[in-house]
Amino acid sequence: MIKQLSWKVGGQQGEGIDSTGEIFSTALNRLGYYLYGYRHFSSRIKGGHSNTKIRISTRPIRAVSDDLDILVAFDQETIDLNAHELHADGVVLADSKFNPVLPEGIQARLFSIPFTRIAQDVGLAQMKNMVAVGASSALMGLPLEAFQSVIEGRFARKGEQVVEKNMQAIREGADRIRQKCGGPMEALLLEESDRKKRLYMIGNDAIALGAIAAGARLMAAYPITPSSEIMEYLIKRLPDFGGTVVQTEDEIAAISMVIGANFGGVRALTASAGPGLSLMTEAIGLSGMTETPAVIVDTQRGGPSTGLPTKQEQSDINAMIYGTHGEIPKIVIAPSTVEECFYDTIQAFNLADRYQCPVILLSDLALSLGKQTVEPLDYDRIQIDRGELVTDSEELKELENSELFKRYELTEEGISPRVLPGVKNGLHHVTGVEHDETGRPSELALNRKKMMEKRLRKLSQGIEFQDPVHIHAKHTQPDLLIVGINSTRGVIQEGMERLEKNGVKVNHLHIRQLLPFPTDQVKPLMEQAKKVVVVENNATGQLANLVKLHVGMGEKISHILKYDGNPFLPSEIYNQCKEMLVHGHV
Amino acid sequence: MATFKDFRNKVKPNWCPGCGDFSVLAAMQRAFANQGLEPEDVVLVSGIGCSGRISGYMNAYGFHGIHGRALPIAQGLKLANRDLTVVAAGGDGDGFAIGMNHTIHAIRRNMDITYIVMDNQVYGLTKGQTSPRSEMGFKTKSTPKGSIETALAPLEMALTAGAGFVAQGFSSDLKQLTRLIEEGLRHKGFSLINVYSPCVTYNKINTYDWFKEHLVNLDQEEGYDPSNRMMAMQKLMETEGLVTGLIYQNKERSSYEELIPGFRETGLAKQDLGLEREKFDQLVAEFS
Repeated sequence: MIKQLSWKVGGQQGEGIDSTGEIFSTALNRLGYYLYGYRHFSSRIKGGHSNTKIRISTRPIRAVSDDLDILVAFDQETIDLNAHELHADGVVLADSKFNPVLPEGIQARLFSIPFTRIAQDVGLAQMKNMVAVGASSALMGLPLEAFQSVIEGRFARKGEQVVEKNMQAIREGADRIRQKCGGPMEALLLEESDRKKRLYMIGNDAIALGAIAAGARLMAAYPITPSSEIMEYLIKRLPDFGGTVVQTEDEIAAISMVIGANFGGVRALTASAGPGLSLMTEAIGLSGMTETPAVIVDTQRGGPSTGLPTKQEQSDINAMIYGTHGEIPKIVIAPSTVEECFYDTIQAFNLADRYQCPVILLSDLALSLGKQTVEPLDYDRIQIDRGELVTDSEELKELENSELFKRYELTEEGISPRVLPGVKNGLHHVTGVEHDETGRPSELALNRKKMMEKRLRKLSQGIEFQDPVHIHAKHTQPDLLIVGINSTRGVIQEGMERLEKNGVKVNHLHIRQLLPFPTDQVKPLMEQAKKVVVVENNATGQLANLVKLHVGMGEKISHILKYDGNPFLPSEIYNQCKEMLVHGHV
Repeated sequence: MATFKDFRNKVKPNWCPGCGDFSVLAAMQRAFANQGLEPEDVVLVSGIGCSGRISGYMNAYGFHGIHGRALPIAQGLKLANRDLTVVAAGGDGDGFAIGMNHTIHAIRRNMDITYIVMDNQVYGLTKGQTSPRSEMGFKTKSTPKGSIETALAPLEMALTAGAGFVAQGFSSDLKQLTRLIEEGLRHKGFSLINVYSPCVTYNKINTYDWFKEHLVNLDQEEGYDPSNRMMAMQKLMETEGLVTGLIYQNKERSSYEELIPGFRETGLAKQDLGLEREKFDQLVAEFS
């Protein structure tokens, strides 16, 4: 019996690769296993190799695995491109239609099964995916009934017959494997799960759900990979809450609408990736200058320019922190798990209202699109804080002689009371031009200095963000501190566990709040460690440079960088850390 | 009830003496009062340029944003609180150059807002460069030998983009302009009002006298039917856009807000943000 297993399905994009993975993994999630999925896809609709890799485990996991146990192949290209991941006991399940062969030197076993022909006999060639699901399940000894509810959920609309035919395809695929090898293979038998109910979702689902929970009722966005799922979810669900999504003409319109909407008093968000964020930059400055809350999600992908639209990267860190001309107060937070995507989104709205400034929720492709098991989300953690919002006009003093409400009143904290348009005695002006306490333009040097200091003062004492860092630190004097951001949390954890087995003392720090930088939380961990290695998916070490800027200790910081478009593997963290400990550098 | 004086504040506009924008400000103030609005009911969202300063001269809520983006800001605001009267205003550079993309799509989208363009066919605040509304051959600092680009025809463009309300005013005719703004405010959907608002400093061609000589007033055109889109297009082509009055109105078309599925009468900003546990559980169940 094994504790974990990796399964991959591959074929031509548009061939139903996603849905095969989806059905297989949803059933496993319902059986109580922990899952982590990663989709390899291209920026086109049909054609080209595409695959989904799913890791299944009896304990929580948040990374892809180095190796592979089962490869389901709908074409020879899938075998050629992926067979090297298979370990010696691995299995290839391939459609006999294309006369599959294993590349030279691959030890795994090949089962050639007529997926397409079986599916045709059941009724429809497309159900070859279900035949493959059945065959995979039989190899692993999974109960086929586990698929009944998943298939019903997916096909019930199309009628009972369609459901039954899909189940039949699954059963026939399983039968074929039993005929070939008599039953499940010992090396692929998973230990019993704890059978607990958990969720199965991508980071973008959690962000969208978090937005609804936070009371956001408007989204304005332009479609882009890998953020579109956020708008697609909200398009489906917001109407139930009276809200709506506007698909704008571009990202400049999206962020400008969000600013207008927040000025009007509704919680609104936009989401995009690098190219969209670049377009939004001027307006983010407007949000900062006019102290209008705005929540902006950046799902990082490969840059620069169009870059690698469907691939993993963490190279927007600098742009999110420094982007926009002039100097504004801005908050940048970075969830590192799907659960955090949910809770951080709620916090993002509270922070935006509390500090009246733009809040960027920084995600990355692997976190936004990687489908994974998620612990039940806690309703009781949903809290809404609208900050210094005055909703009762009774609290306002009468305005006479066309005087204005002091929307930008100079206060000790720098945060001023906020009134929404439509409220009597709250009349004020808002402008991106430097302004006085009532919002009227003013170029006076003394006023400029006061207002600039007021805005920056809002964040200068730190912010009330829960968990600005995630720390896993068993040692008081570790040999190594590994630092990461966003989706690398799981892979660092695994690399760390392997190093520990080799007798290396390792602590792990994941930075969750980038701006303002949580120096007080980061510094002590760095001081304790003999060496610090910063792991990030970019070419210039943006996170490491940020750490050096705020904490210093540059002499003990090394990098592990990866910018080929793929997420890190646990072995890469392990090997490169070992190398560094031996040679002092990677 | 508020009078037009209640929409005045004490800020002295930094427009040049004789600037057409003074009349636009006055016409807006009169139109708001005539429509029975109070200062707190109105939000004037403006762009950047001489004309963009108008929101600072109006005693109402005002949002002076960034260049070219008055319309998306105004649309976001309208969706946040549909009880507000949202008016966007800016110049021809703001609406027809840097913000043209938003103008076309705001027209298509058709939210219930009024957009007033102060069209002086030149860039004033940057001290005299060509505009997308400048005539071919127009000499400016950026076109010393004369513009070699065609002037844009914004109203014809608006008609082809599906506009439900298109009107044009002239700063010298305060009475007509006030009436057009009132009609725009009453129109349920997006209303575009282009105003010839002469720049007395940088445009020595399209002057008050020049307009008085060339403009055709549709109010005095017998048989002109503003519900006839074809006639509207023909008139604009015949006159090269040199007309004033209500050019086209479609009273049948629904506004964007009316078409949003599940959109409520009460403004979003006034609704309860809370999410009941039962609703939350339903949402989460989708991911099990």
